[in-house]
Amino acid sequence: MTGFVLTRLGQSMLVLLVMSFIIYILLGLMPGDPIDLMIGTDPNVTAADVARLKALQGLDQPLLERYAAWLENALAGDFGYSRLFAKPVLEVLGPRLWNSLILMAISLVVALAIAIPAGIHAARKPGSWTDQLINLLCFTGISVPPFWLALLLILLFAVSLGALPASGMGTIGEDGWMDRVRYMILPVLTLSAAGVAGYTRHVRAAMIEVLREDYVRTARAKGVPETRVVWRHALRNALLPVVTIAALDFGSLFSGALVTETMFSWLGMGKTIYDAVMGNDYNLALVGLLLATGITLIANILADIAYAWLDPRIHYRVERGA
Amino acid sequence: MSGTTTTRGAGVARAGPWRRLARHRLAALGLAVLAVLFVAVLAAPLVETVLGLDASAVNLFARAAPPSAAHWLGTDELGRDLLLRLLHGGRVSLLVGFTAAIASAAIGTLLGLISGYFGGRVDAVIMRFADGVISLPLLPLLIVLAAVDPSKLGLPEAISGSESFSLQRIVVIIALVGWPTVARLVRAATLSLRQREFVLVAIAQGFGPARIMFRHILPNAASPILVATTLTVGNVILFESVLSFLGLGIQPPVPSWGNMLTGAQDLISKAPALAVWPGMLIFVTVIAFNLLGDGLQSALDPRSGANR
Repeated sequence: MTGFVLTRLGQSMLVLLVMSFIIYILLGLMPGDPIDLMIGTDPNVTAADVARLKALQGLDQPLLERYAAWLENALAGDFGYSRLFAKPVLEVLGPRLWNSLILMAISLVVALAIAIPAGIHAARKPGSWTDQLINLLCFTGISVPPFWLALLLILLFAVSLGALPASGMGTIGEDGWMDRVRYMILPVLTLSAAGVAGYTRHVRAAMIEVLREDYVRTARAKGVPETRVVWRHALRNALLPVVTIAALDFGSLFSGALVTETMFSWLGMGKTIYDAVMGNDYNLALVGLLLATGITLIANILADIAYAWLDPRIHYRVERGA
Repeated sequence: MSGTTTTRGAGVARAGPWRRLARHRLAALGLAVLAVLFVAVLAAPLVETVLGLDASAVNLFARAAPPSAAHWLGTDELGRDLLLRLLHGGRVSLLVGFTAAIASAAIGTLLGLISGYFGGRVDAVIMRFADGVISLPLLPLLIVLAAVDPSKLGLPEAISGSESFSLQRIVVIIALVGWPTVARLVRAATLSLRQREFVLVAIAQGFGPARIMFRHILPNAASPILVATTLTVGNVILFESVLSFLGLGIQPPVPSWGNMLTGAQDLISKAPALAVWPGMLIFVTVIAFNLLGDGLQSALDPRSGANR
């Protein structure tokens, strides 16, 4: 097990290194360059100043050397400054990562809290009208554009009813947790919608499979009440693939968070990355993207570990003969 | 049709895929909706002539106007006719959806065939790569890809400056990340087909791998490819709309359902219709493709319907 985790961690580090290089090159291909942005507002700058500034920032060096210099600094813990925020990149990203993780965690919990009962209900009577209704709702959930769902929620709850705030993270001057919750409802609804649909289908499929197993029949035969059979005996095993899928799905949760955060001005990682790319904040975009990728890779490793932990039949070994 | 359950069951098993698809009510509905949408967007120029309007005509005195006799669905934030914009936007969104889905399917089919046919290390590398693409936070990464300045890549102005460039770029970007689903399905089909007698005979006859993959295996893997492509079209349209909405996909003034919603958020209290219509069309199109794909799956592979 330890060997397996170490191997996976090593692979992830390699992926991260490759990604950092690719993103570094891509960011260099974005419109404009740092010096243009720096001097854009100053009419007194001469061509000689530009050359001097470029040399000072190392922008006259070949790409590979610039990347090597960046990597060296990054490994020493120096990720540079954000252009938009005029602060060290990590200082900007820290609180925003926290905001994102809160939003994603709550949305994930909400999604599972709806999907597990819904999936079980559908699986108990496959083909019934409730199963068909749940199926149709799942199709709705995976087909609705997330930003449009956000627009509709804003239209209904913020514009028409005036019941909830349309964007932001809290009222200035208010500190209570009720205020924070009010700002969180619409983003959480938006972000959990696609998850609910996906997880419900997985719970249903897994549950149908498990309910056919011998041990379920045995439990029923010896007179265990049906509710207990479903919620204790079957669910525990049906959740196995669902937990794995939820963790493997972390990347798409990040994608969803980017849209949700942008729509609701939620100051999280997704919005920060988007703003950084749109505002030519290269350092911030690069580190933000690497952080998002790294967290996703770790979530994937956790998915594998959780899988082994939940199912005692699975043992990870380092390849035999290796 | 009438009859007892048993005879109906036997009838379904004997009926061809088309009959089974027609019986799948939701899939039939999806197909019908798509047919109507196709006719509507193809008729866009015709509607333009009949109504005597120009889809790109800006009228700053009639911005975000409510529906009227001249503008059936009203006008958008620049006073352009909303109905015509929706039809033209639909052309773009469907065109992107189909081309990007077919491109993804082509890449996915090729890699899936290679992976399933050769197996071993080739298979491991391709599948790990597919897993990697699926598990990454795609949207944040694609935003960078979409923001790349084409002139810095050495593309001549004639290509990068043309109106259709944003369309071509988004197709390429989506194809780069859309292939793994198809690749997995084709690989699975190839793995089982590779053990069948007719393939073994072909191998024994000494045909090369390319001929066996494309002549013998590919035609028999058509069903999963068709299903995966149909489902991919829906996903691609969803993806295009998100990127265009964020200002990184189809660039105005070319309309797409996604970028039509970009300006709608600011006007949401004054002109909610601008926020409702384009999104509604994206939603209807995507769900139609998803229902059709689901129906095709159970029609082409009756065994997959076993858990229903």
